[in-house]
Amino acid sequence: MRSLFSTSTDALPLIPPLLGRAISPLPLPPLEFVLNGFLDRILSRNPQIFDRLGPHAGKRFAIKPTDLPFIFVIEAAAQRPCLSVVRELSADADAQISSSMANLLALVEGRLDGDALMFSRQLAIEGDVEAVLALRNAIDDARLDMAAEIGGLFGPLGEPVRRLLGAARDAILRSAQLQDRLS
Amino acid sequence: MQLSLGPVLYNWPPDHWRDFYFRIADEAPVDVVAVGEIVCSKRAPFFDEHLPAVIERLERAGKTVLLGSLILVSQPRERRQTAALAEVADGLVEVNDLTCLRSISGRPHAIGPFVNIYNEAAASFHAAQGAMRICLPPELPLASVAAITAAVPQVVIEVFAFGRTPLAISARCYHARVHKLAKDNCRFVCDKDMDGLVVKTLDNQDFLTINGVQTLSHACTNLLRDVEKLEQGGVRSLRLSPQACDMVEVARTFRDVLDGRKDAEAGCRHIEQIYPNVPVANGFLHSAPGFSYVASDKPVG
Amino acid sequence: MELICPAGTPSALKSAIEAGADAIYCGFNDETNARNFPGLNFSRSELSEAITFAHGRGVKILVAINTFPRASALELWQRAVDDAVKAGADALILADIGLMDYAARHHPAQRLHVSVQAAAANPDAIAYYVETFGARRVVLPRVLSVPEIAAITREVSCETEVFVFGGLCVMAEGRCSLSSYATAKSPNMQGVCSPASHVAYAQTAQGVSSRLGGFTINQFAPDEPAGYPTLCKGRFSTELGAGYIFEDPVSLDATRLLSGLRDAGVSALKIEGRQRGRAYVESVVRHFRHALTALETGGEADVTRLKPFTEGQASTLGAYRKTWR
Repeated sequence: MRSLFSTSTDALPLIPPLLGRAISPLPLPPLEFVLNGFLDRILSRNPQIFDRLGPHAGKRFAIKPTDLPFIFVIEAAAQRPCLSVVRELSADADAQISSSMANLLALVEGRLDGDALMFSRQLAIEGDVEAVLALRNAIDDARLDMAAEIGGLFGPLGEPVRRLLGAARDAILRSAQLQDRLS
Repeated sequence: MQLSLGPVLYNWPPDHWRDFYFRIADEAPVDVVAVGEIVCSKRAPFFDEHLPAVIERLERAGKTVLLGSLILVSQPRERRQTAALAEVADGLVEVNDLTCLRSISGRPHAIGPFVNIYNEAAASFHAAQGAMRICLPPELPLASVAAITAAVPQVVIEVFAFGRTPLAISARCYHARVHKLAKDNCRFVCDKDMDGLVVKTLDNQDFLTINGVQTLSHACTNLLRDVEKLEQGGVRSLRLSPQACDMVEVARTFRDVLDGRKDAEAGCRHIEQIYPNVPVANGFLHSAPGFSYVASDKPVG
Repeated sequence: MELICPAGTPSALKSAIEAGADAIYCGFNDETNARNFPGLNFSRSELSEAITFAHGRGVKILVAINTFPRASALELWQRAVDDAVKAGADALILADIGLMDYAARHHPAQRLHVSVQAAAANPDAIAYYVETFGARRVVLPRVLSVPEIAAITREVSCETEVFVFGGLCVMAEGRCSLSSYATAKSPNMQGVCSPASHVAYAQTAQGVSSRLGGFTINQFAPDEPAGYPTLCKGRFSTELGAGYIFEDPVSLDATRLLSGLRDAGVSALKIEGRQRGRAYVESVVRHFRHALTALETGGEADVTRLKPFTEGQASTLGAYRKTWR
């Protein structure tokens, strides 16, 4: 299934607009808190990301899921990694990466090829293209498993959480596969 | 410092081509002239009939004549043309592709700007094979040029000093492509553009020129203001590449600046009158983008 | 025919091996190789580990040291050669004649391949590398048709390797200064074509525009497939009209020519894309592994599978089909 998924860059499912609107008034600080713990965990477990980021490690990347009303701003500085969630893009981001949330997650897990997403216009980059390339290559090499990483945040409860998230991800993959067959 | 005239890169009418070289022989203060069709093997037969007379006239005028080899040799016909060139015993071949090196190595020869010589090791290797003159690739910065001249003092090192800079060669013919013709049935449409066909960006900015299978810069290289640095860097010859302008006057202007009869500033202004409406570039020499012009008082890298 | 697969990271290398690569080509993380991109390539220790990993699975590692050494800095390239040999590379892929000379003198037992960047496009040029440096294989430039490849392979005494998928240089490789004309950085010198540091994308009302070194090189409507911001695949205009003067955004896909290449006597098939992600490497390698198996068993290969990975979502047979010229 994995290879089937990765041969397709056609339309991963979007988060339905209604759901997007429903979560938009949610307060951001709790989300930021959880995501910062998540970022810390990923970076401390995958220090080679910094080697690949090289001089781009201190840069600010704005990650904009096109189907969510938030923008994630990540600063992967080795000393003090920082992730903030904002509703409006601040002007001081070095680069901006926009795509659907499902595409972004698949990219982080190396299940999609970034260039292929660019070619099919499902991914847009603005600003420091070199920094984005370094980030993409660093993450692609890290072989991140988001379900396992998030599960890891929950300590002893991690395994059931990982299973739950893994199942959710697989459901997304299946729906993508189904869409392929239908299209 | 010598002056050399590179081969005509464009598809000029054969009579015009012959008369151009006759005038170069009679009037242009150049020491070396490279001749022959090096861009497109299909064009070669047009010039072949005039080639002996041109060579004879140039040699009679005291010029050293180099026979240029094709830049890209992939088809059997092109291999045969290149092999025939290598067999010419009494001429000095200017090698533009390693194809003819196999038969020519060990014999004195020249190397043109289309062979990749980026460093002193490559230059020394070619010198050991018999290279007497090397015109370096146009994208080389001055620091590399100087390192190479220091490593092979026995070889005359030349740089590309005037003309639109050759940037790429392809199996595909862009003249045929923009005229919606197949390469094999190209009707030699490149002869419509004696100075190349200008390629503009979508913002209508002049950018490149195409010449059949070759792509050149739109800007015209001019290293007149860099002459002093080139001399210090051990360069012993400047190459002038023919454009559709008064090349005799271009050569005279370079000679005047080299001999101190004219300052570089006045020389450049004169060249801009001889070859007007084309921006001037020297960026490659200064490790800057090739299209750009770097003022000569800036440090050179 | 051997399947030669790209890897820009150790993870991509593992993916390529799992997907059925016979050999992997990769490079050091510096200007000695022609994919000198940010965040890409192998440190010395990563290469050593990769070679151990690959050899344990019967897979070869070919190390690309295929830029042209900068004058006065030869040592960087010579050290790359020495280190790759020491790490146990199965072959070195070299382009510069001085570096080949160095490798042949200092490591006479080391297998040398002539890089596509050397642009050896005919039997005489290839024979020169074979006779002078003992080169064992030549990667053929993408300027030749299949019959021409067959004729060359018959005539030369070394193996031939050809590209079957991925980025397609429209110009003869190793002989192109378009990138440095706009940006001061070139494949030959810095190992980059259209360096990301000089690329800018701007979202406009008409879609997205791409600029290189300040020159607008393309504009894409909102849903129009795009390609890399390379000059040879940019939109320009001449007095005869505007459009893709050199080549459309398109990738090479020679899946349909595999039997022709086999009959031509080609030894190895190469997939371009050391700059691509694991997903590309895994899918493209798996596709060609299946296609090669199908070739042996008389089955059919799926020729539409790789479309999502192609520039402009389109593929071409390039110069392999003579009419491309």
